Amino acid sequence: MSKTLYERIGGEPAVSAAVEIFYRKVLNDYRINRFFDNVDMDKQIDKQKAFFTMAFGGPNNYTGADMRKAHAHLVEIGLDDSHFDAVMEHLGATLVELEVPDTLIAEAAAIAESARKDVLGK
Amino acid sequence: MYKLTIGEKTYYCQPGESVLDTFLRENVNISFACKKGTCHSCIVRSPNILPPESAQVGLKNTLKKLNHFLACLCHPEQNMVIKLPDQSEFYTEGTVVVNQLLNRNTLLLIIAFKDAFEFNAGQFVNLQRPDGLTRSYSIANIPQASNTLEFHIRRLPDGRFSEWLHDEIKTGDTIAVSEARGHCFYLPERKEQGLVLVGTGTGLAPLAGILTDALGHGHSGPIYLFHGSREVDDLYRVDEMRKLAEQHQNFYYIPCLSGKHVPEGFTHGRVNEIALATLVDLKDWRVFLCGHPEMVNQMKKMTFLKGASMKDIYADAFLITAT
Ligand SMILES: Cc1cc2nc3c(=O)[nH]c(=O)nc-3n(C[C@H](O)[C@H](O)[C@H](O)COP(=O)(O)OP(=O)(O)OC[C@H]3O[C@@H](n4cnc5c(N)ncnc54)[C@H](O)[C@@H]3O)c2cc1C
Ligand code: HEM
Ligand code: FES
Repeated sequence: MSKTLYERIGGEPAVSAAVEIFYRKVLNDYRINRFFDNVDMDKQIDKQKAFFTMAFGGPNNYTGADMRKAHAHLVEIGLDDSHFDAVMEHLGATLVELEVPDTLIAEAAAIAESARKDVLGK
Repeated sequence: MYKLTIGEKTYYCQPGESVLDTFLRENVNISFACKKGTCHSCIVRSPNILPPESAQVGLKNTLKKLNHFLACLCHPEQNMVIKLPDQSEFYTEGTVVVNQLLNRNTLLLIIAFKDAFEFNAGQFVNLQRPDGLTRSYSIANIPQASNTLEFHIRRLPDGRFSEWLHDEIKTGDTIAVSEARGHCFYLPERKEQGLVLVGTGTGLAPLAGILTDALGHGHSGPIYLFHGSREVDDLYRVDEMRKLAEQHQNFYYIPCLSGKHVPEGFTHGRVNEIALATLVDLKDWRVFLCGHPEMVNQMKKMTFLKGASMKDIYADAFLITAT
Protein backbone atom coordinates (compact mmCIF):
# COMPACT_ATOMS: atom_id res chain seq x y z
CA MET A 1 0.00 0.00 0.00
CA SER A 2 1.32 3.46 -0.78
CA LYS A 3 1.95 5.86 2.08
CA THR A 4 -0.26 8.89 2.60
CA LEU A 5 1.12 12.37 1.99
CA TYR A 6 0.97 12.94 5.76
CA GLU A 7 3.28 9.98 6.36
CA ARG A 8 5.60 10.91 3.51
CA ILE A 9 5.98 14.49 4.77
CA GLY A 10 6.93 13.20 8.22
CA GLY A 11 3.77 12.92 10.31
CA GLU A 12 3.24 14.73 13.60
CA PRO A 13 6.77 16.17 13.99
CA ALA A 14 6.54 17.73 10.52
CA VAL A 15 3.19 19.24 11.43
CA SER A 16 4.62 20.76 14.61
CA ALA A 17 7.56 22.28 12.79
CA ALA A 18 5.29 23.65 10.07
CA VAL A 19 2.85 25.22 12.53
CA GLU A 20 5.49 27.46 14.15
CA ILE A 21 6.75 28.85 10.86
CA PHE A 22 3.32 29.15 9.30
CA TYR A 23 1.63 30.80 12.27
CA ARG A 24 4.37 33.39 12.63
CA LYS A 25 3.91 34.26 8.95
CA VAL A 26 0.14 34.53 9.32
CA LEU A 27 0.29 36.74 12.42
CA ASN A 28 2.79 39.03 10.68
CA ASP A 29 0.64 39.41 7.56
CA TYR A 30 -1.43 42.59 7.80
CA ARG A 31 -3.82 41.27 5.10
CA ILE A 32 -5.13 38.48 7.29
CA ASN A 33 -3.92 38.80 10.87
CA ARG A 34 -7.10 40.53 12.00
CA PHE A 35 -8.90 37.19 11.64
CA PHE A 36 -6.59 35.79 14.28
CA ASP A 37 -6.91 38.57 16.86
CA ASN A 38 -8.34 37.75 20.25
CA VAL A 39 -7.76 34.06 20.05
CA ASP A 40 -5.91 32.18 22.73
CA MET A 41 -2.44 31.24 21.44
CA ASP A 42 -2.44 27.68 22.78
CA LYS A 43 -5.85 26.88 21.36
CA GLN A 44 -4.89 28.50 18.09
CA ILE A 45 -1.75 26.40 17.82
CA ASP A 46 -3.93 23.30 18.22
CA LYS A 47 -6.18 24.53 15.43
CA GLN A 48 -3.21 25.22 13.19
CA LYS A 49 -2.11 21.66 13.81
CA ALA A 50 -5.53 20.52 12.69
CA PHE A 51 -5.15 22.71 9.61
CA PHE A 52 -1.84 21.12 8.63
CA THR A 53 -2.91 17.61 9.42
CA MET A 54 -5.80 18.20 7.04
CA ALA A 55 -3.67 19.84 4.36
CA PHE A 56 -1.34 16.84 4.50
CA GLY A 57 -4.30 14.48 4.17
CA GLY A 58 -3.63 13.06 7.62
CA PRO A 59 -6.08 11.63 10.14
CA ASN A 60 -8.77 14.17 11.02
CA ASN A 61 -12.46 14.22 11.75
CA TYR A 62 -13.43 17.34 9.86
CA THR A 63 -16.14 17.29 7.22
CA GLY A 64 -16.87 20.00 4.69
CA ALA A 65 -19.76 21.09 6.89
CA ASP A 66 -17.38 21.45 9.86
CA MET A 67 -15.13 23.66 7.74
CA ARG A 68 -18.11 25.83 6.84
CA LYS A 69 -19.08 26.14 10.47
CA ALA A 70 -15.54 26.83 11.71
CA HIS A 71 -15.10 29.73 9.27
CA ALA A 72 -18.67 31.07 9.05
CA HIS A 73 -18.05 33.85 11.58
CA LEU A 74 -14.97 34.89 9.57
CA VAL A 75 -16.92 35.00 6.30
CA GLU A 76 -19.37 37.29 8.09
CA ILE A 77 -16.59 39.77 8.80
CA GLY A 78 -15.32 39.66 5.23
CA LEU A 79 -13.23 36.52 4.65
CA ASP A 80 -12.87 36.14 0.87
CA ASP A 81 -10.74 34.65 -1.92
CA SER A 82 -7.92 37.16 -1.41
CA HIS A 83 -7.46 35.99 2.19
CA PHE A 84 -7.65 32.39 1.14
CA ASP A 85 -4.93 33.07 -1.43
CA ALA A 86 -2.76 34.66 1.27
CA VAL A 87 -3.08 31.56 3.45
CA MET A 88 -2.18 29.36 0.47
CA GLU A 89 0.89 31.54 -0.10
CA HIS A 90 2.07 31.04 3.48
CA LEU A 91 1.37 27.34 3.31
CA GLY A 92 3.60 27.03 0.25
CA ALA A 93 6.35 29.26 1.66
CA THR A 94 6.37 27.31 4.93
CA LEU A 95 6.84 23.99 3.19
CA VAL A 96 9.58 25.43 0.98
CA GLU A 97 11.36 26.65 4.11
CA LEU A 98 11.13 23.13 5.53
CA GLU A 99 12.63 21.80 2.30
CA VAL A 100 9.67 19.61 1.49
CA PRO A 101 10.02 18.36 -2.11
CA ASP A 102 8.01 20.31 -4.72
CA THR A 103 5.84 17.37 -5.68
CA LEU A 104 4.66 16.94 -2.09
CA ILE A 105 4.06 20.68 -1.74
CA ALA A 106 1.86 20.53 -4.82
CA GLU A 107 -0.13 17.67 -3.30
CA ALA A 108 -0.64 19.56 -0.02
CA ALA A 109 -1.66 22.71 -1.90
CA ALA A 110 -4.22 20.73 -3.88
CA ILE A 111 -5.76 19.29 -0.72
CA ALA A 112 -5.97 22.73 0.92
CA GLU A 113 -7.33 24.25 -2.29
CA SER A 114 -10.14 21.70 -2.27
CA ALA A 115 -11.43 23.25 0.97
CA ARG A 116 -11.85 26.71 -0.61
CA LYS A 117 -15.60 26.54 -1.24
CA ASP A 118 -16.37 25.29 2.25
CA VAL A 119 -14.03 27.70 4.03
CA LEU A 120 -15.48 30.65 2.14
CA GLY A 121 -19.04 29.39 2.60
CA LYS A 122 -19.81 29.28 -1.11
CA MET B 1 -29.79 14.74 29.91
CA TYR B 2 -27.75 12.42 32.10
CA LYS B 3 -28.17 11.45 35.74
CA LEU B 4 -25.34 12.11 38.17
CA THR B 5 -25.60 10.16 41.39
CA ILE B 6 -23.69 10.92 44.59
CA GLY B 7 -24.61 8.52 47.36
CA GLU B 8 -28.42 8.69 47.74
CA LYS B 9 -28.81 11.92 45.75
CA THR B 10 -29.40 12.30 42.04
CA TYR B 11 -28.78 15.40 39.95
CA TYR B 12 -29.48 16.12 36.30
CA CYS B 13 -26.70 17.40 34.09
CA GLN B 14 -28.33 19.85 31.65
CA PRO B 15 -27.19 19.97 28.01
CA GLY B 16 -24.01 22.03 27.76
CA GLU B 17 -23.26 21.80 31.48
CA SER B 18 -20.12 20.28 32.92
CA VAL B 19 -20.39 18.02 35.95
CA LEU B 20 -18.96 20.90 38.00
CA ASP B 21 -21.64 23.29 36.65
CA THR B 22 -24.38 20.87 37.69
CA PHE B 23 -22.96 20.41 41.17
CA LEU B 24 -22.50 24.14 41.71
CA ARG B 25 -26.05 24.82 40.50
CA GLU B 26 -27.31 22.19 42.94
CA ASN B 27 -25.15 23.51 45.79
CA VAL B 28 -23.14 20.31 46.11
CA ASN B 29 -20.09 21.05 48.23
CA ILE B 30 -17.24 20.64 45.74
CA SER B 31 -14.06 22.67 45.54
CA PHE B 32 -12.88 24.36 42.37
CA ALA B 33 -10.64 27.28 41.48
CA CYS B 34 -10.16 27.64 37.73
CA LYS B 35 -13.00 25.89 35.88
CA LYS B 36 -10.62 25.14 33.05
CA GLY B 37 -8.66 22.06 33.95
CA THR B 38 -5.58 23.80 35.36
CA CYS B 39 -5.83 23.64 39.13
CA HIS B 40 -7.14 20.07 39.55
CA SER B 41 -9.03 21.05 42.69
CA CYS B 42 -12.35 19.77 41.29
CA ILE B 43 -11.08 16.19 41.01
CA VAL B 44 -13.73 13.47 41.57
CA ARG B 45 -14.04 9.76 40.82
CA SER B 46 -16.34 7.56 38.82
CA PRO B 47 -16.04 4.13 40.47
CA ASN B 48 -17.77 1.97 37.85
CA ILE B 49 -17.50 3.59 34.43
CA LEU B 50 -14.65 5.08 32.47
CA PRO B 51 -14.95 8.90 32.43
CA PRO B 52 -14.59 10.69 29.07
CA GLU B 53 -10.93 10.93 28.06
CA SER B 54 -11.13 14.70 27.74
CA ALA B 55 -11.97 14.96 31.47
CA GLN B 56 -8.71 13.24 32.42
CA VAL B 57 -6.31 15.47 30.50
CA GLY B 58 -3.18 16.19 32.53
CA LEU B 59 -3.94 13.74 35.36
CA LYS B 60 -1.27 11.31 36.49
CA ASN B 61 -1.68 7.80 35.13
CA THR B 62 -2.26 6.41 38.61
CA LEU B 63 -5.25 8.70 39.07
CA LYS B 64 -6.52 7.98 35.56
CA LYS B 65 -6.51 4.27 36.24
CA LEU B 66 -8.72 4.77 39.28
CA ASN B 67 -11.21 6.68 37.10
CA HIS B 68 -10.48 10.02 38.66
CA PHE B 69 -11.45 12.95 36.47
CA LEU B 70 -11.88 16.73 36.53
CA ALA B 71 -15.50 17.73 37.08
CA CYS B 72 -15.04 21.05 35.27
CA LEU B 73 -13.90 19.30 32.07
CA CYS B 74 -16.45 16.49 32.14
CA HIS B 75 -19.43 16.57 29.81
CA PRO B 76 -21.07 13.22 30.58
CA GLU B 77 -21.73 10.74 27.82
CA GLN B 78 -23.91 8.48 30.00
CA ASN B 79 -25.35 8.37 33.52
CA MET B 80 -22.61 8.45 36.13
CA VAL B 81 -22.16 7.53 39.76
CA ILE B 82 -19.70 9.98 41.25
CA LYS B 83 -17.67 9.90 44.41
CA LEU B 84 -16.41 13.16 45.85
CA PRO B 85 -12.86 12.55 47.00
CA ASP B 86 -11.88 12.39 50.61
CA GLN B 87 -10.07 15.73 50.77
CA SER B 88 -7.28 14.28 52.90
CA GLU B 89 -6.26 12.20 49.88
CA PHE B 90 -5.19 15.31 48.05
CA TYR B 91 -4.26 17.83 50.73
CA THR B 92 -1.45 18.03 53.28
CA GLU B 93 -1.60 20.11 56.43
CA GLY B 94 1.08 22.77 56.68
CA THR B 95 1.83 25.22 59.48
CA VAL B 96 2.26 28.93 58.92
CA VAL B 97 5.69 29.93 60.22
CA VAL B 98 6.11 33.40 58.71
CA ASN B 99 3.39 35.93 58.06
CA GLN B 100 4.57 39.46 57.28
CA LEU B 101 4.02 42.21 54.72
CA LEU B 102 6.39 42.60 51.76
CA ASN B 103 4.75 45.90 50.80
CA ARG B 104 1.45 47.66 51.52
CA ASN B 105 -0.67 44.96 49.89
CA THR B 106 1.48 41.85 49.55
CA LEU B 107 1.82 39.25 52.25
CA LEU B 108 4.79 36.91 52.60
CA LEU B 109 3.50 33.58 53.88
CA ILE B 110 5.85 30.72 54.68
CA ILE B 111 4.29 27.35 55.36
CA ALA B 112 6.25 24.44 56.86
CA PHE B 113 5.59 20.73 56.39
CA LYS B 114 6.57 17.68 58.39
CA ASP B 115 7.82 15.79 55.35
CA ALA B 116 9.56 16.83 52.18
CA PHE B 117 7.23 18.58 49.75
CA GLU B 118 7.93 17.69 46.14
CA PHE B 119 7.80 20.52 43.61
CA ASN B 120 9.67 22.47 40.98
CA ALA B 121 10.30 26.15 41.64
CA GLY B 122 7.62 28.10 39.77
CA GLN B 123 4.80 25.60 40.23
CA PHE B 124 1.67 26.44 42.18
CA VAL B 125 -0.48 24.73 44.81
CA ASN B 126 -4.08 25.10 45.85
CA LEU B 127 -4.71 26.39 49.34
CA GLN B 128 -8.01 25.43 50.93
CA ARG B 129 -9.98 27.14 53.65
CA PRO B 130 -11.87 24.97 56.15
CA ASP B 131 -15.17 25.86 54.40
CA GLY B 132 -13.80 24.44 51.12
CA LEU B 133 -13.02 27.73 49.31
CA THR B 134 -9.94 26.98 47.19
CA ARG B 135 -7.44 29.25 45.42
CA SER B 136 -4.18 28.71 43.54
CA TYR B 137 -0.94 30.37 44.70
CA SER B 138 2.53 30.11 43.22
CA ILE B 139 5.54 28.85 45.14
CA ALA B 140 8.26 31.51 45.38
CA ASN B 141 11.21 29.47 46.68
CA ILE B 142 13.18 26.39 45.64
CA PRO B 143 12.99 23.09 47.56
CA GLN B 144 14.38 23.67 51.05
CA ALA B 145 15.95 21.41 53.64
CA SER B 146 13.46 22.92 56.07
CA ASN B 147 10.46 21.67 53.99
CA THR B 148 8.97 25.13 53.67
CA LEU B 149 7.04 26.78 50.88
CA GLU B 150 7.03 30.53 50.39
CA PHE B 151 4.08 32.48 48.94
CA HIS B 152 3.41 36.09 48.00
CA ILE B 153 -0.26 36.95 48.40
CA ARG B 154 -1.71 40.14 47.06
CA ARG B 155 -4.73 41.54 48.88
CA LEU B 156 -7.57 42.11 46.42
CA PRO B 157 -10.36 44.46 47.46
CA ASP B 158 -13.19 42.20 48.65
CA GLY B 159 -11.21 39.15 47.58
CA ARG B 160 -12.54 36.35 49.75
CA PHE B 161 -9.46 34.19 50.01
CA SER B 162 -6.74 36.82 49.91
CA GLU B 163 -8.43 38.93 52.61
CA TRP B 164 -8.82 35.84 54.77
CA LEU B 165 -5.09 35.11 54.45
CA HIS B 166 -4.19 38.74 55.14
CA ASP B 167 -6.57 39.38 58.01
CA GLU B 168 -7.17 36.12 59.81
CA ILE B 169 -4.29 33.73 59.31
CA LYS B 170 -1.60 33.92 62.01
CA THR B 171 1.69 32.12 62.56
CA GLY B 172 1.04 28.71 64.09
CA ASP B 173 -2.22 28.21 62.15
CA THR B 174 -2.51 25.15 59.96
CA ILE B 175 -3.68 25.28 56.36
CA ALA B 176 -4.55 22.63 53.75
CA VAL B 177 -2.16 22.59 50.77
CA SER B 178 -2.53 20.50 47.59
CA GLU B 179 0.24 18.83 45.61
CA ALA B 180 2.28 21.12 43.38
CA ARG B 181 0.97 21.60 39.85
CA GLY B 182 1.64 23.50 36.67
CA HIS B 183 4.21 23.49 33.89
CA CYS B 184 5.81 26.89 34.38
CA PHE B 185 9.23 25.99 35.76
CA TYR B 186 12.94 25.91 34.91
CA LEU B 187 14.59 22.81 33.47
CA PRO B 188 18.38 22.70 33.88
CA GLU B 189 19.25 22.17 30.23
CA ARG B 190 20.54 24.43 27.43
CA LYS B 191 22.19 26.59 30.06
CA GLU B 192 23.55 29.04 27.52
CA GLN B 193 20.04 29.97 26.41
CA GLY B 194 18.78 33.48 27.16
CA LEU B 195 15.97 33.63 29.72
CA VAL B 196 13.41 36.40 29.89
CA LEU B 197 11.12 36.61 32.91
CA VAL B 198 8.20 39.02 32.81
CA GLY B 199 5.78 39.47 35.70
CA THR B 200 3.26 41.87 37.14
CA GLY B 201 2.52 42.18 40.86
CA THR B 202 2.76 38.84 42.66
CA GLY B 203 3.73 37.32 39.32
CA LEU B 204 7.15 37.86 40.85
CA ALA B 205 6.54 34.87 43.15
CA PRO B 206 6.98 32.06 40.60
CA LEU B 207 9.60 34.10 38.74
CA ALA B 208 11.67 34.51 41.91
CA GLY B 209 11.62 30.72 42.35
CA ILE B 210 12.56 30.16 38.71
CA LEU B 211 15.35 32.74 38.95
CA THR B 212 16.81 31.19 42.12
CA ASP B 213 16.65 27.77 40.49
CA ALA B 214 18.35 28.91 37.27
CA LEU B 215 21.13 30.75 39.10
CA GLY B 216 21.56 27.77 41.44
CA HIS B 217 22.01 25.48 38.45
CA GLY B 218 24.68 27.80 37.07
CA HIS B 219 22.64 29.00 34.10
CA SER B 220 25.18 30.83 31.96
CA GLY B 221 23.03 32.63 29.38
CA PRO B 222 21.69 36.13 30.02
CA ILE B 223 18.72 36.28 32.40
CA TYR B 224 16.41 39.31 32.26
CA LEU B 225 13.76 39.91 34.91
CA PHE B 226 11.14 42.58 34.20
CA HIS B 227 8.88 43.22 37.17
CA GLY B 228 6.06 45.71 36.76
CA SER B 229 3.35 47.48 38.68
CA ARG B 230 1.74 50.89 38.66
CA GLU B 231 3.40 52.48 41.67
CA VAL B 232 6.71 51.93 43.37
CA ASP B 233 4.93 50.96 46.60
CA ASP B 234 3.42 47.94 44.83
CA LEU B 235 6.79 46.46 43.87
CA TYR B 236 8.74 44.42 46.41
CA ARG B 237 12.11 42.70 46.84
CA VAL B 238 13.66 45.54 44.81
CA ASP B 239 16.86 45.76 46.87
CA GLU B 240 17.32 41.98 46.97
CA MET B 241 17.00 41.79 43.19
CA ARG B 242 19.43 44.65 42.66
CA LYS B 243 21.92 42.89 44.88
CA LEU B 244 21.53 39.64 42.92
CA ALA B 245 22.16 41.59 39.73
CA GLU B 246 25.40 42.91 41.22
CA GLN B 247 26.47 39.40 42.20
CA HIS B 248 25.64 37.71 38.87
CA GLN B 249 26.90 39.47 35.80
CA ASN B 250 24.50 37.57 33.51
CA PHE B 251 21.42 38.66 35.52
CA TYR B 252 19.63 41.91 34.67
CA TYR B 253 16.80 43.29 36.79
CA ILE B 254 14.46 45.92 35.35
CA PRO B 255 11.72 47.17 37.70
CA CYS B 256 9.04 48.97 35.68
CA LEU B 257 6.38 51.45 36.77
CA SER B 258 3.41 52.33 34.59
CA GLY B 259 2.15 55.18 36.82
CA LYS B 260 3.17 58.85 36.65
CA HIS B 261 5.61 58.94 39.54
CA VAL B 262 8.84 57.18 38.60
CA PRO B 263 11.80 57.53 40.99
CA GLU B 264 15.41 57.23 39.89
CA GLY B 265 16.45 53.65 39.11
CA PHE B 266 13.07 52.55 37.78
CA THR B 267 11.94 52.36 34.17
CA HIS B 268 8.79 54.17 33.12
CA GLY B 269 6.25 52.17 31.16
CA ARG B 270 4.35 48.92 30.98
CA VAL B 271 6.44 45.92 31.76
CA ASN B 272 5.49 44.06 28.57
CA GLU B 273 6.34 47.00 26.32
CA ILE B 274 9.66 47.59 28.04
CA ALA B 275 10.62 43.92 27.81
CA LEU B 276 9.81 43.85 24.10
CA ALA B 277 11.70 47.08 23.44
CA THR B 278 14.75 45.86 25.37
CA LEU B 279 15.03 42.44 23.76
CA VAL B 280 14.71 42.82 20.05
CA ASP B 281 15.17 39.23 18.92
CA LEU B 282 13.95 36.32 21.04
CA LYS B 283 14.91 33.51 18.71
CA ASP B 284 16.20 30.63 20.87
CA TRP B 285 15.21 32.41 24.12
CA ARG B 286 13.20 30.82 26.90
CA VAL B 287 10.31 32.92 28.12
CA PHE B 288 8.47 32.93 31.47
CA LEU B 289 5.31 35.02 31.87
CA CYS B 290 3.40 35.29 35.14
CA GLY B 291 0.66 37.48 36.55
CA HIS B 292 -2.05 39.54 34.91
CA PRO B 293 -3.91 37.35 32.38
CA GLU B 294 -4.07 40.07 29.73
CA MET B 295 -0.35 40.76 29.98
CA VAL B 296 0.40 37.04 29.85
CA ASN B 297 -1.75 36.38 26.78
CA GLN B 298 -0.51 39.38 24.89
CA MET B 299 3.11 38.53 25.67
CA LYS B 300 2.71 34.91 24.60
CA LYS B 301 1.81 36.17 21.16
CA MET B 302 4.40 38.95 21.04
CA THR B 303 7.34 36.85 22.24
CA PHE B 304 6.36 34.18 19.72
CA LEU B 305 6.33 36.80 16.96
CA LYS B 306 9.76 37.97 18.10
CA GLY B 307 11.08 34.50 17.45
CA ALA B 308 10.61 32.47 20.66
CA SER B 309 9.42 28.96 19.91
CA MET B 310 6.03 27.93 21.40
CA LYS B 311 7.69 25.13 23.34
CA ASP B 312 10.01 27.65 25.00
CA ILE B 313 7.20 29.89 26.26
CA TYR B 314 6.04 29.08 29.80
CA ALA B 315 3.18 30.99 31.33
CA ASP B 316 0.95 31.20 34.38
CA ALA B 317 -1.97 33.59 34.02
CA PHE B 318 -3.28 34.46 37.49
CA LEU B 319 -6.88 34.01 36.43
CA ILE B 320 -9.58 35.13 38.75
CA THR B 321 -12.51 32.75 38.78
CA ALA B 322 -15.94 34.25 38.40
CA THR B 323 -18.35 32.59 40.79
C1 LIG C 1 -1.95 29.41 38.48
C2 LIG C 1 -2.29 30.56 39.40
C3 LIG C 1 -1.32 31.06 40.27
C4 LIG C 1 -1.60 32.13 41.12
N1 LIG C 1 -0.62 32.60 41.94
C5 LIG C 1 -0.87 33.66 42.75
C6 LIG C 1 0.16 34.19 43.61
O1 LIG C 1 1.28 33.67 43.67
N2 LIG C 1 -0.13 35.26 44.38
C7 LIG C 1 -1.37 35.86 44.36
O2 LIG C 1 -1.58 36.86 45.09
N3 LIG C 1 -2.37 35.38 43.54
C8 LIG C 1 -2.15 34.29 42.76
N4 LIG C 1 -3.16 33.81 41.95
C9 LIG C 1 -4.52 34.39 42.05
C10 LIG C 1 -5.29 33.72 43.21
O3 LIG C 1 -5.51 32.35 42.90
C11 LIG C 1 -6.69 34.33 43.46
O4 LIG C 1 -7.41 34.39 42.27
C12 LIG C 1 -6.62 35.70 44.06
O5 LIG C 1 -5.90 35.68 45.28
C13 LIG C 1 -8.03 36.25 44.32
O6 LIG C 1 -8.76 35.38 45.16
P1 LIG C 1 -9.78 35.96 46.23
O7 LIG C 1 -10.59 34.83 46.78
O8 LIG C 1 -9.07 36.81 47.22
O9 LIG C 1 -10.70 36.91 45.39
P2 LIG C 1 -12.15 36.59 44.83
O10 LIG C 1 -13.12 36.55 45.94
O11 LIG C 1 -12.05 35.42 43.94
O12 LIG C 1 -12.38 37.91 43.99
C14 LIG C 1 -11.35 38.42 43.11
C15 LIG C 1 -11.58 39.88 42.78
O13 LIG C 1 -12.67 39.98 41.92
C16 LIG C 1 -13.63 40.79 42.52
N5 LIG C 1 -14.91 40.12 42.25
C17 LIG C 1 -15.32 38.91 42.69
N6 LIG C 1 -16.51 38.60 42.21
C18 LIG C 1 -16.87 39.64 41.44
C19 LIG C 1 -18.01 39.92 40.66
N7 LIG C 1 -19.02 39.07 40.56
N8 LIG C 1 -18.01 41.08 39.98
C20 LIG C 1 -17.00 41.96 40.05
N9 LIG C 1 -15.90 41.73 40.78
C21 LIG C 1 -15.84 40.60 41.46
C22 LIG C 1 -13.34 40.87 43.99
O14 LIG C 1 -13.77 42.07 44.56
C23 LIG C 1 -11.85 40.75 43.98
O15 LIG C 1 -11.24 42.01 43.78
C24 LIG C 1 -2.89 32.74 41.10
C25 LIG C 1 -3.86 32.23 40.24
C26 LIG C 1 -3.59 31.16 39.39
C27 LIG C 1 -4.67 30.65 38.48
C1 HEM D 1 -6.79 26.40 3.22
C2 HEM D 1 -7.92 26.00 3.69
C3 HEM D 1 -8.21 26.02 5.18
C4 HEM D 1 -8.29 24.92 5.97
C5 HEM D 1 -8.07 23.45 5.54
C6 HEM D 1 -8.59 25.38 7.31
C7 HEM D 1 -8.72 24.55 8.40
C8 HEM D 1 -9.11 24.96 9.65
C9 HEM D 1 -9.36 24.08 10.75
C10 HEM D 1 -9.22 22.56 10.73
C11 HEM D 1 -9.72 24.85 11.81
C12 HEM D 1 -10.08 24.37 13.22
C13 HEM D 1 -11.57 24.25 13.37
C14 HEM D 1 -11.92 23.95 14.80
O1 HEM D 1 -11.51 22.90 15.31
O2 HEM D 1 -12.62 24.77 15.40
C15 HEM D 1 -9.69 26.23 11.39
C16 HEM D 1 -9.97 27.32 12.19
C17 HEM D 1 -9.70 28.64 11.81
N1 HEM D 1 -9.34 29.09 10.57
FE1 HEM D 1 -9.05 27.94 8.94
N2 HEM D 1 -8.66 26.75 7.32
C18 HEM D 1 -8.44 27.19 6.03
C19 HEM D 1 -8.42 28.52 5.61
C20 HEM D 1 -8.48 29.63 6.45
C21 HEM D 1 -8.34 31.00 6.03
C22 HEM D 1 -8.16 31.46 4.59
C23 HEM D 1 -8.44 31.78 7.18
C24 HEM D 1 -8.33 33.27 7.36
C25 HEM D 1 -7.55 34.05 6.69
C26 HEM D 1 -8.65 30.88 8.28
C27 HEM D 1 -8.78 31.28 9.60
C28 HEM D 1 -9.14 30.44 10.64
C29 HEM D 1 -9.39 30.89 12.00
C30 HEM D 1 -9.27 32.34 12.54
C31 HEM D 1 -9.76 29.77 12.74
C32 HEM D 1 -10.13 29.72 14.22
C33 HEM D 1 -11.60 29.93 14.36
C34 HEM D 1 -11.99 30.09 15.81
O3 HEM D 1 -11.52 29.35 16.64
O4 HEM D 1 -12.77 31.01 16.07
N3 HEM D 1 -8.67 29.60 7.81
N4 HEM D 1 -9.31 26.28 10.07
S1 FES E 1 -9.36 21.89 37.25
FE1 FES E 1 -11.49 21.97 37.53
S2 FES E 1 -11.77 23.77 38.66
FE2 FES E 1 -9.63 23.82 38.21
